[in-house]
Amino acid sequence: MSLTRHDVEKIAHLARLSITEHELQEFVTSLSSIVDLVDALARASTESVEPMAHPLEGQHQRLRSDVVSETDQRDKYQANAPSVQSGLYVVPRVIE
Amino acid sequence: MLLHDLSIGELAGCLVKHEISSVQLTRHFLARIEALNPSLNALITVTAQQALIDAHVADTRRAAGERAPLLGIPLIHKDIFCTDGVRTSCGSRMLDNFIAPYDATVVARLKLAGAIMLGKANMDEFAMGSSNETSYYGAVKNPWDITKVPGGSSGGSAAATAARLAAFATGTDTGGSIRQPAALTGVTGVKPTYGRVSRYGMIAFASSLDQAGVIARSAADAAVVLNAIAGYDPKDSTSVDVPVPDYTAALRTPLKGLKIGLLKEFFAGLEPRNAALIHDALKVYSAMGAETLEVSLPSLPLSVPTYYVVAPAECSSNLSRYDGVRFGYRCEQPKDLMDLYKRSRGEGFGAEVKRRIMTGTYVLSAGYFDAYYLKAQKVRRLITNEFLAAFQRVDLLIGPTTPTPAFAIGAKIDDPVTMYLNDIYTIGANLAGLPGVSLPCGLIDQLPMGLQLIGPHFAEAQLLNAAHQFQLATEWHRLVPRGYE
Repeated sequence: MSLTRHDVEKIAHLARLSITEHELQEFVTSLSSIVDLVDALARASTESVEPMAHPLEGQHQRLRSDVVSETDQRDKYQANAPSVQSGLYVVPRVIE
Repeated sequence: MLLHDLSIGELAGCLVKHEISSVQLTRHFLARIEALNPSLNALITVTAQQALIDAHVADTRRAAGERAPLLGIPLIHKDIFCTDGVRTSCGSRMLDNFIAPYDATVVARLKLAGAIMLGKANMDEFAMGSSNETSYYGAVKNPWDITKVPGGSSGGSAAATAARLAAFATGTDTGGSIRQPAALTGVTGVKPTYGRVSRYGMIAFASSLDQAGVIARSAADAAVVLNAIAGYDPKDSTSVDVPVPDYTAALRTPLKGLKIGLLKEFFAGLEPRNAALIHDALKVYSAMGAETLEVSLPSLPLSVPTYYVVAPAECSSNLSRYDGVRFGYRCEQPKDLMDLYKRSRGEGFGAEVKRRIMTGTYVLSAGYFDAYYLKAQKVRRLITNEFLAAFQRVDLLIGPTTPTPAFAIGAKIDDPVTMYLNDIYTIGANLAGLPGVSLPCGLIDQLPMGLQLIGPHFAEAQLLNAAHQFQLATEWHRLVPRGYE
């Protein structure tokens, strides 16, 4: 199936990605060929097959006990942030 | 006797007998990195100063009587593993300025074992690639021929191991990213069972497929390393609490009566010289008393389409954390929050990462979820069930690791689907969560080729033993690329 420029623009918006005009043209071609590749799945007969979400049967996400295990390392973590002020992450104004 | 050509066991022996110190050994490898890495580009970061401090500590620990197989042995970590206080870039502009605030469990365990980190290996951006050309830090060159790719995504780890820049390296494998570069550079790569090695602190690509492992010069070396990194980790909710055997102790089991399954689907259309190498390997195994059976997994040809739905879907979700707010790249002068998100991600990610995020976004979007994601999860079960049924009949499966030897840099990077097909033989094991090993089995056009062994869940010991027995009988793993002797 071929994707259109409009499809790719919509996907890029959903994925929160700015893309250049050159990238847009390239992605129309390459995403269409990837969709063609994965369309082969339609040929498989999967009636009454349960979807598999975990590669090991019988393994489930564990819960840990609700106790404090981590110490406060805010300063260390915020050292990687592009912009902080008074221990808060700074972003462009969102409320006028 | 050349230090960089010794096995981990031999190096440990030299250290214990005081023939060398860890500091000397570390200096030796650092000098090789300085001399040889500029043409290979296998490392993004070299941590020379810290390595010498750590080597001195290892020498002190040894002098105090401590004996451990990796104490003072130099390694290189793939730059996907968080290393406390050291830049962890994942091969991306997005994390070019990211100093990891903690150690990955793999890193912590190897530190505890006394291994010395020399630096961080180059890799495809966010582990998405099969040629190491998608790295923000430039392509890695194959030491066998620097006009060729080393494979990917653990291309820096494989090239560095093949060039003897460290005793071994860590890697990760989501669709073949340990086994494929190991094959293309003539070294031994081990992708353990899903959940066998902790993913904590390993930057996520596709969480139901990602697994950490080892790239080394032999199966015996890889067994020593796997002993140190395998095992349950409460910090990884998908880590599995299954006892870890001593992988080195398992290396002495005779293969008489071993049932090897020849994967029929892997031989359809296989290049004749590649097929001949696999058949030569089978002769080695039959001389040891192993039996060969043909096995068919009819759904296996659907591995690539299944993977290119599941992996991008998970990647689009995992990489949503890069928002330009808490860490990583932020664009200049965002006009509002949406602009900040879009341009930080648009400028911070390279083309292949964007392509995969968009593929994943598409297959998860309204109206397509059932046709792609749910369908792929069903086919994933079919493939897994066929593997498990095959292991009722055979002990391990055998086939090639890659369709061809290393290809030229630039040859496939503009055609994503052609690039994706490099992984046709490796992806199946990831979908089914199975362990796999690639080991050198010959040359085509003077370039190394890999033999792939796939085993049942948690059969790493049997796989490593089968690889080791092959390496006792053959010399392929001893070949050194010219200029790196």
